[in-house]
Amino acid sequence: MRLFATIAPDALAASAAPVAADNAWVKALESFEVAGVPVGVWAIPAIPLVFIAVYALYVGVYGERKVSAFIQDRIGPNETGKWGLLQTIADILKLIQKEDVVPAAADKPLFVLGPLIVFVGAFAAFAVLPFSSAFIGADLNVGVFYAVSIVSVEAVGILMCGWGSNNKWSLFGAVRSVAQVVSYEIPASISILVGVMMAGSLSMQKIVMSQSGEYGILHYAVFQSPVAWLAMIIYFISALAECNRAPFDIPEAESELVSGYFTEYGGMKFAMIFLAEYASMFMTSVILSVLFLGGWNSPLPNIGPVALNDWTNGPVWGAFWIMLKGFFFVIVMMWVRWTLPRFRVDQLMYLCWKVLTPFALLTFAFAAVWELYVR
Amino acid sequence: MPEIGLNHYLVLSAILFSLGLFGVLTRRNAVVVLMGVELILNAANLNLIAFSKYNGTMSGVMFSMFVIILAAAEAAVALAIVLNVYATFKTVDVGEIDTMRE
Amino acid sequence: MENFDFGAFAYQAIFYLFALIIVVSAAMVVFSRSIIYSAFSLLFTLFGVGAMYVYLSADFVAVTQIVVYVGGILILLLFGVMLTNKITQERLLTDVFNIVPSLVIMLAILGAILYTFLYRAKWHAGQERTTTVVEPIGYEVMTNYVLPFEIVSILLLVALMGAAYIARSEKKFGLEKRSN
Repeated sequence: MRLFATIAPDALAASAAPVAADNAWVKALESFEVAGVPVGVWAIPAIPLVFIAVYALYVGVYGERKVSAFIQDRIGPNETGKWGLLQTIADILKLIQKEDVVPAAADKPLFVLGPLIVFVGAFAAFAVLPFSSAFIGADLNVGVFYAVSIVSVEAVGILMCGWGSNNKWSLFGAVRSVAQVVSYEIPASISILVGVMMAGSLSMQKIVMSQSGEYGILHYAVFQSPVAWLAMIIYFISALAECNRAPFDIPEAESELVSGYFTEYGGMKFAMIFLAEYASMFMTSVILSVLFLGGWNSPLPNIGPVALNDWTNGPVWGAFWIMLKGFFFVIVMMWVRWTLPRFRVDQLMYLCWKVLTPFALLTFAFAAVWELYVR
Repeated sequence: MPEIGLNHYLVLSAILFSLGLFGVLTRRNAVVVLMGVELILNAANLNLIAFSKYNGTMSGVMFSMFVIILAAAEAAVALAIVLNVYATFKTVDVGEIDTMRE
Repeated sequence: MENFDFGAFAYQAIFYLFALIIVVSAAMVVFSRSIIYSAFSLLFTLFGVGAMYVYLSADFVAVTQIVVYVGGILILLLFGVMLTNKITQERLLTDVFNIVPSLVIMLAILGAILYTFLYRAKWHAGQERTTTVVEPIGYEVMTNYVLPFEIVSILLLVALMGAAYIARSEKKFGLEKRSN
């Protein structure tokens, strides 16, 4: 069966992978027991949760304010602490001590559950992100597909927020946002499939390992196929639309529908939705770098005796590389936000259905042919 | 407690099926009737996959993949019809839709 | 407590937890008077059933369930609820009719199914399948089930075109046009 043989993942083991993805840190945590009670198991999901909190505070809120300030030729927060570093702490303290207001006319169970489901939808995907060869929450056989599916749960959470607010504008914002998210899932999924076809597996660690090798950056998937760059661009644009980020931020633009589906939310609930948006930005950046840019593999090549690749590969180095790539794309998303004007709703839908989807399908067909007959 | 076996899944899917059946028989709103139909389909899928696991073959899993796909197509068409019914009769109450006129 | 197998206990406890989630939320779907609560309880039912598929070693089907059912059908149903009721009223109540005969029929059918499955049927038990199901599905789709696969793709195209045509809004919606 020619088709089956080409995508067999056994070929990956034959390639010289300098770092094997053995999930060593997670195994060590799992067996960490205090008097017979497996305490370490609780630390495994706690680590990504703490990471999201710190990342969303610093790279997310503070980074966005500073990046937007520099793009707009001003300084940004610089009063609280050196370079304004304590500004985010001040913001969080303010949000925490705000009164938790539930509007009297709102549907209380839905109003309270909505932000929870949005946050769960954004955070649950962190279980399959490979932070290093030694730390991945759960190396599922269907890792990438699972990350795609969790985004759909966020859409239902948005509808719950919109309906629970009992506010016409929130509902319209929620409906527009869900229509946008659901439409852009299609080119996003097709581009992900291109990356998966090149790697031959849906499992995140196997995809990263299929891009490891002697020459560092030359093994990355974006250089292995003549259309992988197009798939990467299509996925990046779709990811911008899925996170409701500019230029696709009709649902949350201040001049459009007050604040869209989270008009009625304040305090901690607003903080949760806000955190969820930054978390999903990071998640899509990491998926992009795993599929197309080699994940936690080092980009430096082994040039003769100067074995740069071997020196910069390892569990801790891997974490550094993937954070670097993830944060890079997050900063690019922020850069795009403050540079481009906003799309109108019909332009947004036109872009999805008439531009991105046909190109994604053509890329998919071409990449499939390339995989079968050339690689 | 006994080990989780085939019987547990059969009981669960029977309960889900009967709840879905109750929804289809009882509710007045057409969209809720559709939700009951989705419950019935899920119960059947659960049954198929449970049997596939305890029998070792793959046909149950393949069948249930096609059931999921066809349920999606059916829900889309059914909701389009419900929207048309709403436009014509100004209600989706299944008790009120009883004439064949335009 | 020295022989307490935490792993097996957790396995069974989480199974019963998901079973409870499925049954309680399905009951809320069917018995709740507010349509919106029915729709949102369906979310939990579909998630619970997806978790059951993971227990049954069918991980690909579980993720497909989330993508198609939660991300597609549930959103369709929610839009259906929102478009077929006047959204300006707060609680969309609907009442049920024929409760008692339906309850009798439901319990009778439940009893009949359970009796047949548990006491009368002699299920042929084969080798339990414990491996992942992703590769076998891919293999089967390309060899034994190619024809259903192709026909299903044509059917989805037809359903898409048909639904879009039937639900087009310019001809007879007398209500105010919803945004988008």
